[in-house]
Formats: sequence, structure tokens, C-alpha cells
Amino acid sequence: MIKAILIFNNHGKPRLSKFYQRYSEDTQQQIIRETFHLVSKRDENVCNFLEGGLLIGGSDNKLIYRHYATLYFVFCVDSSESELGILDLIQVFVETLDKCFENVCELDLIFHVDKVHNILAEMVMGGMVLETNMNEIVTQIDAQNKLEKSEAGLAGAPARAVSAVKNMNLPEIPRNINIGDISIKVPNLPTFK
Amino acid sequence: MSDVVERTLSALPGLLGQHDPGTGPGGAGGPARVSATSRLGSLIRSITALTSKHEEEKLIQQELTSLKATVSAPTTTLKLMKECMVRLIYCEMLGYESSFGYIHAIKLAQQGNLLEKRVGYLAVSLFLHENHELLLLLVNTVVKDLQSTNLVEVCMALTVVSQIFPREMIPAVLPLIEDKLQHSKEIIRRKAVQALYKFYLIAPNQVQHIHDKFRKALCDRDAGVMAASLHIYLQMIKENSSGYKDLTGSFVTILKQVVGGKLSSDFNYHSVPAPWLQIQLLRILGLLGKDDPRTSELMYDVLDESLRRAEINHNITYAILFECVQTIYTIYPKSELLEKAAKCIGKFVLSPKINLKYLGLKALTYVIQQDPNLALQHQMTIIECLDHPDPIIKRETLELLYRITNGQNVIVIVQKMLDYLKESKEEYAIINLVAKVAELAEKYAPNNEWFIQTMNAVFSVGGDVVHPDIPNNFLRLLAEGFDDGKEDHQLRMYAVQSYLSLLGEEDALYPQKFLQVMSWVLGEYFSLVTDVDPEVILTKLHSLLKKTYVTSETKAWIMAAVTKIASHTSCSETVDKLIQEFSSSLDTCIRQYAFELKHLCEDKALMKNLLPFDASCNDMVVDASLSFLDGFVAEGLGRGAAPYKPHHQRQEEKLSQEKALNFEPYGLSFASSVSSSGVTGRQSPTGLSFGSDTSGNSAETGHKETNTLKLEGVRKLWGKEGYLPKKEKVGKENEPQTVSCGSLLAGQAGDPPVLRSDQGASLTEEDKEKQQLASTLFVGLGSSAGVSLMGKADTATQKFKRKSKINETQHSEEASDFKSSAASDFGPLLDTAPINTEDSEESTHTRSRKASLCSSDIVEDNLAFETPQSLKKSVLDDRLSDNRVSQSSLFADSNIEIFQPSPSAQCESASETLLVPSLPEELQELPHSEVLELHQSDALALYLCKAWTDDSLLLTVLISNKTTSALNAVNLVFEETEHFQILESPTHQFPVIEAQSLEHCQKCVRMNKICTQGILSGSVSYQSEMETRLEFSVTLSLMDFIRPMEMTTEDFGKLWLSLSNDVKQNIKMSSSQDSLSAALNTLQQKLKLHIVDIIGNEGILACQLLPSVPCLLHCRTHSGMLAVWFRSPCAALPDGLLYQCQKVMGES
Repeated sequence: MIKAILIFNNHGKPRLSKFYQRYSEDTQQQIIRETFHLVSKRDENVCNFLEGGLLIGGSDNKLIYRHYATLYFVFCVDSSESELGILDLIQVFVETLDKCFENVCELDLIFHVDKVHNILAEMVMGGMVLETNMNEIVTQIDAQNKLEKSEAGLAGAPARAVSAVKNMNLPEIPRNINIGDISIKVPNLPTFK
Repeated sequence: MSDVVERTLSALPGLLGQHDPGTGPGGAGGPARVSATSRLGSLIRSITALTSKHEEEKLIQQELTSLKATVSAPTTTLKLMKECMVRLIYCEMLGYESSFGYIHAIKLAQQGNLLEKRVGYLAVSLFLHENHELLLLLVNTVVKDLQSTNLVEVCMALTVVSQIFPREMIPAVLPLIEDKLQHSKEIIRRKAVQALYKFYLIAPNQVQHIHDKFRKALCDRDAGVMAASLHIYLQMIKENSSGYKDLTGSFVTILKQVVGGKLSSDFNYHSVPAPWLQIQLLRILGLLGKDDPRTSELMYDVLDESLRRAEINHNITYAILFECVQTIYTIYPKSELLEKAAKCIGKFVLSPKINLKYLGLKALTYVIQQDPNLALQHQMTIIECLDHPDPIIKRETLELLYRITNGQNVIVIVQKMLDYLKESKEEYAIINLVAKVAELAEKYAPNNEWFIQTMNAVFSVGGDVVHPDIPNNFLRLLAEGFDDGKEDHQLRMYAVQSYLSLLGEEDALYPQKFLQVMSWVLGEYFSLVTDVDPEVILTKLHSLLKKTYVTSETKAWIMAAVTKIASHTSCSETVDKLIQEFSSSLDTCIRQYAFELKHLCEDKALMKNLLPFDASCNDMVVDASLSFLDGFVAEGLGRGAAPYKPHHQRQEEKLSQEKALNFEPYGLSFASSVSSSGVTGRQSPTGLSFGSDTSGNSAETGHKETNTLKLEGVRKLWGKEGYLPKKEKVGKENEPQTVSCGSLLAGQAGDPPVLRSDQGASLTEEDKEKQQLASTLFVGLGSSAGVSLMGKADTATQKFKRKSKINETQHSEEASDFKSSAASDFGPLLDTAPINTEDSEESTHTRSRKASLCSSDIVEDNLAFETPQSLKKSVLDDRLSDNRVSQSSLFADSNIEIFQPSPSAQCESASETLLVPSLPEELQELPHSEVLELHQSDALALYLCKAWTDDSLLLTVLISNKTTSALNAVNLVFEETEHFQILESPTHQFPVIEAQSLEHCQKCVRMNKICTQGILSGSVSYQSEMETRLEFSVTLSLMDFIRPMEMTTEDFGKLWLSLSNDVKQNIKMSSSQDSLSAALNTLQQKLKLHIVDIIGNEGILACQLLPSVPCLLHCRTHSGMLAVWFRSPCAALPDGLLYQCQKVMGES
């Protein structure tokens, strides 16, 4: 099972942390630091697997990571996961992020932590891989976004709120829903109520 | 991806610039209107601008304060709340606790619209953990959302359930989630399966009944749902592969279809069909086929096909290949497949891609035992990998080498490992590898020099992170030696030499563990090296002792070594210097050692005896009974010293004596004595704990003694005052106790062990001295050596400990045996003995003295009995009745009438010529009620008596035949009721009751359903001239089934927390019991509760409903009220007890 998914930048600043096993707050921070320490020392052209990390689970623990530009994506898994499988799962995750945010960059992760979490939740549920098909994930996210939008619109209550939405200084909102150019089959959408 | 960097860097200022600083956290306008993004933006911007961790902390704290104000403001809209949550998530991610927001996250999940709800759920799943108490508040929301018609809400609920859900609330949602398995949308079904997987992990029992639903999920028409169910199956098969062998065919078929491309292309990843699904299936097959030729047979084909298909050159195909290879090597082997798998491994190992090389090495490591030749084929690659720039590859290679080490290659391999260790800084790698080196060195060492050198390297490289087993094993090896004495000698000599040269190096820093090993070896075997003057070694050790980096634990080792060396040299200047220097050391341990050394040096012969050469492995014979001190003890006893009592006995005695002291002067009236004890309780609320504190001290014997003496003094005083006409008795009574009760006892009971252990135990009077001696003894063994490292010596110490413990328990067992035997011996006497007229007074006083049912007291009393012949009859009688009452004191004064064999009753019974219902002997000793007449007819009389044993209520029915002819076939039948249960059978048949005689039967009764009072009815039928039936009924109270439950305060605390049924009530206290202890005494005496502890104005009590339902009470006094708080696993018990408490408190 996947014990934790960590994203941090080249300086060790956490950008996303999701633990599927219970660790205390302090341990979580220590795990992030330890993992960063282990991963950041590695050269670019070495293997993507690491053993160790005493905090997270000792010998039955593997760190599988990928380094993209400014960000490290680290999956802490136990021995029941396939190394190469997880490695490609990271790739799927990043590609999905790229699709959802259109050219994802570190800032997207900072400002939309909640959305990144939602995307992750479609891929990994309770530490187990749920979905690996990028299109399917994007479809789910898209459908949910649309539904939420429409609900917000219908509920469309007081004009004040609507204007507040309009006035909001949210450069990311149009980007976020604009995944339209990618042709996605949206089989689920019509049946949503 | 490198363009991402550039984009990020170029976008950063622009993006941040978009946010007007005016809308930042301080924005004066309507804060509710400020969007979170801009606030989050400015937060992040300011954090990025910061340079130190400290500044960040300050900033975040500010942010949290403002967030706290916002979220708790009633005007905050859900929308704003959502934004706050996002910021809170950010702060939590940075490691700042924001617990104030947790409840709001739950609220948001509950009340918000979809968008807000989603953030709420997300925040909950990030903030809380499974056991968090707030999580219970989420359950309702989850249930509601699971029933929602909105799919998104259902999805969110399922997601949060699979992330965190309180285990005890699973039943609340389980049926809903089960329903979702039939949902029309595959995504819902899939998430439902995942949620069930989570339940399976945390509470397998709760989902046991839906295993067939898992099977349905496995056969789901949607591959995604099927894939999700594989998680469950993988887990279940891991735990118990034999239970799922029947599914092998299905898994094989599924894999065949997947590999054959039968799935829709949606599942393809880089044109590989559902690779993750394949990996999962291969793992399951591996588990199923392990060591099972028949099952393995089924999967050969599909594995072959998988290998064949996975040819596209992509990462993910290698992932499948790797799984295939692992599966092939796990299941029952088939040579054809093995060959192919070996080829695959070759592909991995030889691949230029590092990831694949890593996996190739891993696979090689995995298969090396089965197929060592494979390693030979790739030996060149392996050698190359040893010098690979990636330390992970190196480490993996070493792991591989470790598996193929043998006597011939050990030197090279260990050298490689040590090389790696010297470069590595990673703690995990060091611990891991050091253990391997040590293991290999021990197993395959070619010669002594190499072994010692290698171990030296292990200790110096491993530093203090090495596993403690390593030095332990090494020293044991040295000490125990091998078969060959000469080898041993050489090994030890070489070790000493090498350590001497290591210590000779200037300014070398060694890890503590290494120094400890060195000092032990030097101390033990220094004399093997003949060409070095012991003085030189001592100087070296001495200089080590002065080093600041040496910890005090290590110093203890060094001192032990010095002591050992000193014992084999005549006088040494260094030793003298050392003693002088460290006798004033601030480190008390070291100072202690120095003093010991000093004293030992004064008696060289003793020292030599104490520290024999090379005896670390010899078993030590420890005289745990300390019989050599018998004479000393006898002398002490002869001088009038009190005999030794074990700690617990003293403590109990002290408790009871405290009461005795309070009670005796006021013994005339029970109530007043109670209140007097209450006064003491009030005056020093900590009195009790203080008492136990002092008795916890090992050096309190003297203190204790005075206590005992004082008590006896008081008693005597009262005797002389003529309070009770038993002056002489008292005197006599004390005599056998203080004189040598031990020998008397031995003579009488013919039970020497009692004597021995008694005397042995009494020695611990010099507890302290003994301990010192013991520690010196073990220090002598090489402190050290003995205590923490050497296995043998270690067991010796343990043996010592264990022995003494056994002795102690034996002692107490024997004592209790003795007690009971004494009791039963005197039991029959009771009937004939004339009853002391002062019985009642005496009993009041004894009862109060023995309120805690302290057995030691009884033992003591019984000891006093041991001279019945020599004692005056009256004394005996007195003591007997005393004893008798103390046994029943448990029930004394309770609302149940106790049958006291009073003189008048006896007279009556004497006058009545026959058919007096007297109890059978075995019952007489038990606390029992008066014999109750149930029915009286011409022919038959029916009596009943309740006896309260420790574990049941015994109902004795006595049937007397008043006629002059025998009665045949008398049947006793108890009717069944819902409240009570008669153990064994509810009927009893007397085949015949002779004329003018009495028969009895006993039945154990349990309370099945709690009630304060219930009626148990039954009937007796018999044949005389015609069938006659007599009906009767008995009233049983809850109190018949309540027994005190003895426990310690800690146990109480633990149990308290584990119990859930709570009842709290204030009970008014009457004026006669205005103090807590008085009230508790009332409860103890009338309700048979056990007082566990009294602290200040709080008291804790425990009792149990037979057979074993505990009920705990916590009492507190305030303004004339007693606040009682009950807890019990049984809901009805507290209520019943409360009623009883109210009753007895009202009565008194």
C-alpha cells in the first residue's frame, strides 16, 4: 500500500502531503524532512528508488520518486507495491495535473492544494491505486467541477454572492474549467443530477 | 520538463503581482469580501520572502490567529469558511497545528454546498486521524451523503470513508455501502469496494458476512470494479492463501483476458493493456501458487504468455516482466519458465537504465538461493555494479553478495562492505550493513586476526548505532570460546593486543560501545599477554576515564576492568591514584566504584576470590535463601527483633493498623471510631499515600518496627487498663509472636520451608547492604560483563532474581496454606468451644481491624494459635472466635443477618432433641445467613441457608424428616426465573430420607439478569401415603451476588477508562458519616465493596457481580453530599448498586 505521497520543491518546502497511514503531526513533518534529505542528495542520473527512511516504516519501506523541474514527487510505499508501477503512476499523476491545470507548475500546486488533493483522490484511495487511466481521472474531475459550477449557479442565490464571485480575483478559475479542447468522453455527465 | 522551471520562474512575479497588496490580510475593507486566493497568495508571497524559519513561524502564527478569529465568528459565511479551510490546510502542511479549525471543517462538510462540502471533507481527511474524537461528528454527514441522490456527494462520502473512519461506527454505514455495490455507476461501485477494503483492513470481523459480495465484485462487468476488488483479495490471500485456491482459475482467466487484449483500449497505458491490473494479478498468483504444484500448474500458460507479450520497450512492460519473474520463482518451479525468467533477469541486469539494473539485482538476490549459477553468469556485471556511482545500486549489490558469501569469498566481500560503510553517512544503511558484516565475520572468519580486525572495524564504523546484539554476541563468543582451547587463547590474546595498540594511538576517538568491548576484554584477559605490564594497561584505562567524551556508562565498564586487573596485581600506584581521584568524583556511580575498589584492595584474598580469572562463563551458585545468615537471624530474633515480614504484608498490616490505632481507643462505639478515622483522613489527605511511600522505601524496616512496637504498646496499655479482661491473654498472645515463632511454627507444623523462607526473608532487613554486596559481586564479574553483556552471567543474575521471587511467593503460598489449614483444623473445635461472652465487643474491634481483610493478620493470629496446648483454654477460645469473626467480617454488619452461634441459640439447640437444622461442617466456615425456616408440616421441615463464598452464592436446603418412617423419593425443584440461574441442574433428588434425620443439598446460584431483589421459588415433593408437594420461595438480593474486588489503583485506572456505562448520582450523607472515610466504610461493610484507595476527598471502590462483572465506584464528598460515579461494563449494575448505596446511606 501507499503510505504517503509527498510533493516538495527543491528547497524542501512541502507543496502537498498526504498520509494514508497514521503518523503524528510531528512525525509527519519529520518524515517530510527526512525524505527530502534522502531524495535531494541524489544525482539526476541514478535510480528512482530508495530504501530506508527510518521514520516511515524501516526496512519494509521504499521511496519511489521523480524529480520534475522544481518539484519532487515522492511516493512512500511498502513492499507490496511494484516499483516500476508506482514510478509510472507518478507519471500519470503529473500528466493528469498537467492536463487539469494546463501546463502545471509549482504555483498551481501552491494555490490549488485542494484541487490537487481532489485529483489525487481520484487516483489513490485510502492508500490503494484506484484509477490509472488519465482520461478517466480528468473526466471525473471535470464532471465534478461542472456540477459544482452549475449547482453554484442554480443555487445562485443572492445577487451579492454572484457579484462576489465575479469580483473575485481568481485568475485560475477560467483556466481550471477550460479543459474543453481535450476531447474527453463524458459518459457520466448526463446522468448526474 | 525543464521548460517548466523557466515558466515557473517567469510566472512567479507576475502571478504574485496580480494580487493587490491592499487586499492583503490587513485589508481594512470588509474582510469577508476579501478573496481567499489573494489572502493565500499574500501569505505565500510573504512566506517566500522570508529568510528564516523563525520568521515563518511568526507569520504563520499571526495568520492562524486571524484565521481563528474568522472561523469562530458567527457571521462567517460558508464560502469564506471554505477559503479559510484552504489556508488552514496550507498551514497544517507546513507543520503548524490548527486544531481550532477541525470542528469547522466538519461543519463545512455537513452544511456546505458541493464545492464547500468537498473542501470540508478534504480538510477533515487531512486534519483528523482514525481515532480522533471529533470524527464521530462526521458520521452523520457521511450517512446522509451516502444516501444522497447526487453522485458527487456519494463519491465524496465514500472517499472520506476509505481515508478515515472510526472503526466503531462501521455498522452505521456498512449497509449503505453494501447497497452501493449494486449501484448502476461503476465509479460508485468501485469506490464502495475500496471503502469495504478499508473496513476489511481495520475491522475484518465486521465485513466477514459479505465475502460473497467481494466475489460478486470480482465478477463485476466493469474491469475497474474488478480491479478494485483485487486489493481485497491480495490482502486476504496474503493472510490465508489456502482459503482462496478455488479462485485461482478465475484469476488466471482474468489475466489471460487482460494479456490477450480483451479489455477496451481505455485501459491501455502506452498500449499495454491494464498494466497495474496485470501486476496485481501476478502478485496474487504468486501467493496462490507458492509451494503448491497443483495450483501452479494452472498458471504456467498464462505466465508464459505474459512473458511473451511484454516485449515493448517501455517502463511499464518491465514492471510486468519483473512481476512475472518474481511469480515464476515464487510458485512451484517449472524449468522451461525458469529459463525464460532467468533470461529476463539478464535483460534487467544488463540494461543501461539504472532503474532496471536495480530491479535486476533485486531479482538476482531473490533467486540466488534457488539458482546460484545465475549469479555466476552475471558476475562481471555484479563486479561493475560494486563500483557504480549510485550508492543504492552498490548497496543492492552488497545485499546480493551477502547472500552468496562463503568461507572462500568472505574476506573480499566483507572488505567491500566495509568500504561502503566508510563512505556511507546514512544511518539506515549503516545499521543494516554493520549487522551483516558482523554476522558474516562470525560465520566465516578464516582466522583470528581477521576476525578481530573486522570486528574492530565494525565497532568503529558502526559507532553507537549498531544493534546491541552485535557487541553482546561478540563478547559471548570470546568468553565461551570454541572447542579448541588453544584457539580460544590465541583469539583472546590477539584481541587484547589489538585493543592495546588501538588505545595506544594518540587522540583516537572510539565509539562508546567499542570502548566498552575493549575494557571488558582487557579486564578479563589482560593476563594472557605476558609481555605487557598490567601497570601499562591500567595507565591507559586511567587516562580513558579522564576523557570527557567517555560517557558514565562506559566509565562503569572501565572501572570494572580496572577492578579486575587490580585483583591480579599486587599494589599498583595507578590504582591508588585512581581511587584517590575518583573517591571525590561528582559522578556518584564512579565514586561508588572507587570506594568498592578501595575496600576490595584492602582485602586482596577476598578480591581474588571475588574476581577469579576467566570465570565469566561459569555458572554462579547463588544462595538465594541466604542460609549462611541463618545464625545472624536467629541471634537477632533471640535479642527480641521482630521477625521479617514481606513488603506487601507490612503494607497491608500498616493499613489495617492505622485503622486499628484509630479504632481501639474508641472501640466502645463503632460509629465514633469511624468518625475518628474520618478526622484523620481529613486532616492529612495524603496520609495514605504517604504511608505507602515510606513503605516503598527499602530501608524502612526500622521505621516499620517501631510502628509495630507502638501498636503493641497500645494494645498492652489497654489490656492493663482493663478495658477487656484479657490482660494476661494479651501478654501471652504477644509472647509467641515475638519470641521465636519461627521455630515454634516449624516444630508444630513440621513445615521447615516456612521457617527457612521466613528467616531468609527476614534477612532483607539489611536490604541495602545486600544490594550493595550483590552489585559489587556483579561488578566483580565485570560489571558489566555480567549485567548487560554476557549472556551467561546475565542468566545468573536473573536466576538469582527469579529464585528470590519464587521464594517469596512460596513463602506467601505456604503461609496461606498454613492459614487455611489452621482454620480448618480449628473449625470443628468451634462447635464445642464455649463462646466468649465478650464476643460481640471483640468482634466489633476485630472487624474494624480487619476491614481490609488483611490475610497477614490472620496468619499472625494463626501463628499465635500454634501453641494451643500450652495456652490457656480461654485464650484459645478468644482467639478462635476472633478468627471466626474475622473470616466472616466480609459480611459482618451488612444488612444480611449473620448466623452467630450465640450461647442462647446453642442452648436452644441443645434443648431441642432432634432435627435441629445445623449446617454441614464445610458451610460453617463460610459466612452464611441464619437458617431460615421455609416450611413446616407434620411430616417435613424445610430450612434454607445462604452461604456467600468468594465466587458464588450457595443455597443450602435442609430437609428434615419428622416422621418415624423413611421418606422416599424426595424431589427438590427450583423454578426457572429470568433473574437467577441455578448452576448444574435446578433439581435435586433425595432417594430416601431416613426417619428423624436431616438431609441437605446445595445449589450454586448466579444472577443472570440484574435486579435489586428477586424471588426464587421452588417446591419439594415427596411420596408418603400420597404425593405431597410443598412450595417455598426465597428472596435473593443483588447484594447476595456482590463481592469485593481487590485491585490496585493503577488497575483501577486502567479498567475505569475501558468501561463505558456511566451513572452519576449525589447521595445525601447523614450526620453520623460526615467524612468520606466514614461513608466509604459504611459502603465497604454493608455492601461488600473493596476500598481501593482514598486520596484527599476522593475515594475509589471496586466490587464485582458474580461471576465477574466488575463495577467501579468513584466517590467524592462535597458539602454533605457524596457524589458517586459508577462505571461498569453492564448497564444495569450501576443502577442496582446505586439503589443499594442510597439505601445503606439512608439507613445509617
